[in-house]
Amino acid sequence: MSDHDILNPKEMPHDPEKATLEGKNKFIGFWFFLGGETVLFASLFGTYLALRNSTNNGPSSEDLFGLGLVFIMTMLLLTSSLTSVYAMYHMKNNDFKKMQVWLGITVALGLAFLGCEIYEFYHYIHGYEFTFRSSAFGSAFYTLVGFHGGHVVFGLLWFIALMIRNAKRGLNLYNAPKYYIASLYWHFIDVVWVFIFTVVYLMGVL
Amino acid sequence: MSTMVANQKGFGAKIWDYLTTVDHKKIAILYLVAGGFFFLIGGLEALAIRWQLVEPMNDFVSSGFYNELITMHGTTMIFLAAMPLIFAFMNAVVPLQIGARDVAFPFLNSLGFWLFLFGGIMLNVGWFTGGAADAGWTAYAPLSTTSPGEGVDYYVLGLQISGAGTLIGGINFLVTIVNMRAPGMTYMRMPLFTWTAFVASALILFAFPALTVGLFLMMFDRLFDSGFFDPSMGGNSVIWQHLFWIFGHPEVYILVLPAFGIFSEIFSTFSKKRLFGYTAMVFATVLIAFFGFMVWAHHMFTVGLGPAANSIFAVATMAIAVPTGIKIFNWLFTLWGGSITINTPMLWGLGFIPTFTVGGFTGVMLAAAAADFQYHDTYFVVAHFHYVIVGGVVFGLIAGTHYWWPKMFGKVLNDKLGKVTFWLFFTGFHLTFFIQHFLGLMGMPRRYWVYLEDQGLNLGNMISTIGALLMGVGTIVLLYNIVVTSIKGEKVSGDPWDGRTLEWAIPSPPPHYNFKQTPLVRGLDPLWVEKSEGRKGITPAEPLDDIHMPNGSILPFIMSLGLFIAGFGFIYQKYDLSWLIVLFIGMGITLGAMLTRSLKDDLGHHIHKEDLEKEEAGE
Repeated sequence: MSDHDILNPKEMPHDPEKATLEGKNKFIGFWFFLGGETVLFASLFGTYLALRNSTNNGPSSEDLFGLGLVFIMTMLLLTSSLTSVYAMYHMKNNDFKKMQVWLGITVALGLAFLGCEIYEFYHYIHGYEFTFRSSAFGSAFYTLVGFHGGHVVFGLLWFIALMIRNAKRGLNLYNAPKYYIASLYWHFIDVVWVFIFTVVYLMGVL
Repeated sequence: MSTMVANQKGFGAKIWDYLTTVDHKKIAILYLVAGGFFFLIGGLEALAIRWQLVEPMNDFVSSGFYNELITMHGTTMIFLAAMPLIFAFMNAVVPLQIGARDVAFPFLNSLGFWLFLFGGIMLNVGWFTGGAADAGWTAYAPLSTTSPGEGVDYYVLGLQISGAGTLIGGINFLVTIVNMRAPGMTYMRMPLFTWTAFVASALILFAFPALTVGLFLMMFDRLFDSGFFDPSMGGNSVIWQHLFWIFGHPEVYILVLPAFGIFSEIFSTFSKKRLFGYTAMVFATVLIAFFGFMVWAHHMFTVGLGPAANSIFAVATMAIAVPTGIKIFNWLFTLWGGSITINTPMLWGLGFIPTFTVGGFTGVMLAAAAADFQYHDTYFVVAHFHYVIVGGVVFGLIAGTHYWWPKMFGKVLNDKLGKVTFWLFFTGFHLTFFIQHFLGLMGMPRRYWVYLEDQGLNLGNMISTIGALLMGVGTIVLLYNIVVTSIKGEKVSGDPWDGRTLEWAIPSPPPHYNFKQTPLVRGLDPLWVEKSEGRKGITPAEPLDDIHMPNGSILPFIMSLGLFIAGFGFIYQKYDLSWLIVLFIGMGITLGAMLTRSLKDDLGHHIHKEDLEKEEAGE
């Protein structure tokens, strides 16, 4: 396949993300990467579980967590995963505009999630003086949830960069894999959040 | 660009070429040079350690400097010498063995190298800023979290950066092997070195993130006052040990499995037989990797995890002896009845089998949890892991150097000098470490900078030091051999060993596109299949056509440089927050380079069919 065909394909195949060898490599490589990320978060979860009761006479999880805000955050992120699925659905149908719109909604939901998280951290720090440095529990909490938040930030920047870069030229066999793996990343972030919701917040208040 | 033009470049252009290269064969040379350099540094540190211990109550170095020496010796040898040298051979050989023109991610391949190199430099910067890391290569908390100065900070940041490079390299090889195999190269036709590279890459993928997290937590504790390992804040220092060994135990298999692969290739080639029990060898490799994740706590028997945990980890550890034994016997049966050539690579192989077996035996001894309370932190442990890591990994790397040198550089290393190296190094090795088993059983603890007179330890330590000097001389002979061969050595054909696998089917050194036509693989040992049917070369799987190749890029270098700069910001902001500027500049450089990579199209280039034909006619 020549460069021209990759950038300006005459017709888009049904799986544009896997139509080129580069696309296939990215697809499999990214799944492997997510395998490594799973170990990364598993290590953080293990650390958190070991330290979650080490409050050092500071606030404990029962004092801090409320499920109301966390419920909203969970809904925002789960919905954003769904909207990114819609975006990929439109990518496979070669409908670039709709894909961009759904990705835009995904980004908006992700930003809303991030806003809630910032508010949450602000609230803990100023309302309860619960910081990264107040106890081993504090260190473990902010590290685990913060690593997830950092992933959200990176995912959002990634989506935004892709959307701006390709806004004018539309979909091709070169950028389709990029969109696809960015959406894989987003799903992964979502899955991690489900575990954070369970291990940190549900187990923290029950 | 044709290769003829590429050959007529000035020195500056050559440097630029290596800074920007994405060619796996050049990256292999970079890994070889950098890994070899760190190997020499680590070796010098080892000699200093041995010289300090040559007599009781010696004062060759101070106690503090001794701590830095043992820490940096271990860290350098594992992370900056053994790992990159293994990556050197994986880069040089794996794409050729599977009949690929390149790796799956040439850009990331280059990024992996530069991250490793800058991380390695970072680790060693500590020497010049008031002291390198001094908490042991395992950096146990709270010793590491309370170590004054910046030594351990350099350890944490350096390993974090080079670890990211290793992870990237691992993913690259996984995908390369899954996706880039030539037609007919099924999984069960892959040469054993490729198999071990594949399995080691999977281990890297699942083991390194645990180290990443451990290093992050230590960085937070040391530089940002968190309390993970600090009991006064409710922290728990044993968490570090778990994270470190969840990474650290698979790490020893990451190192030794590719060495097993190298020996498997050598035994098969120089016995003129296919590898005995190929299927069992593959199975044993995978099994070792699988068990490798379930034994980490055997490093922690004396921590107090309780008898149940100790028993489970003891049994799991002993189980690893079974697949390893399968391998030892398969190598012996490969030799059995073969038409054996004893040259330098083969000699290292023959030295490896008994040496590694001794290391395996002491491994089973150490796995007995109750007995381990006696061995723990003595020279018995030091002797054990040097028998497996030097006897397995270093022997394998030197054997691989002699075996693949002609493929990488087009010249065979001098065999006589090679044999001199072997006998010096082999004798020196056993002199150094065999006696250490007994020093350990007599109660000599590891990591102590002096020992007393009249403890019965004098003679053993003296012998050990003499052995270390012999290994040093052997290494110098190897270096001399490399220099002499580079200057005087004669060019050899693409197949100097009468090889069996695909890398020997192409010229030495290979053209940058490797295979003019993708080869068709028709069995295990594909080149041997063709030879035994009377053909000279390998059957092509496609007609001659344009070849697609990736473009070089300076971005990997810049990304790694950015992280290197940011590392200083991370460390020195603990004294003065204005260093945060350095942190932001460094991260800005890295993220900016990443963004550039993401936004700029890079579709690679094509070598045209006509140029390939012209080249063929020209030769």
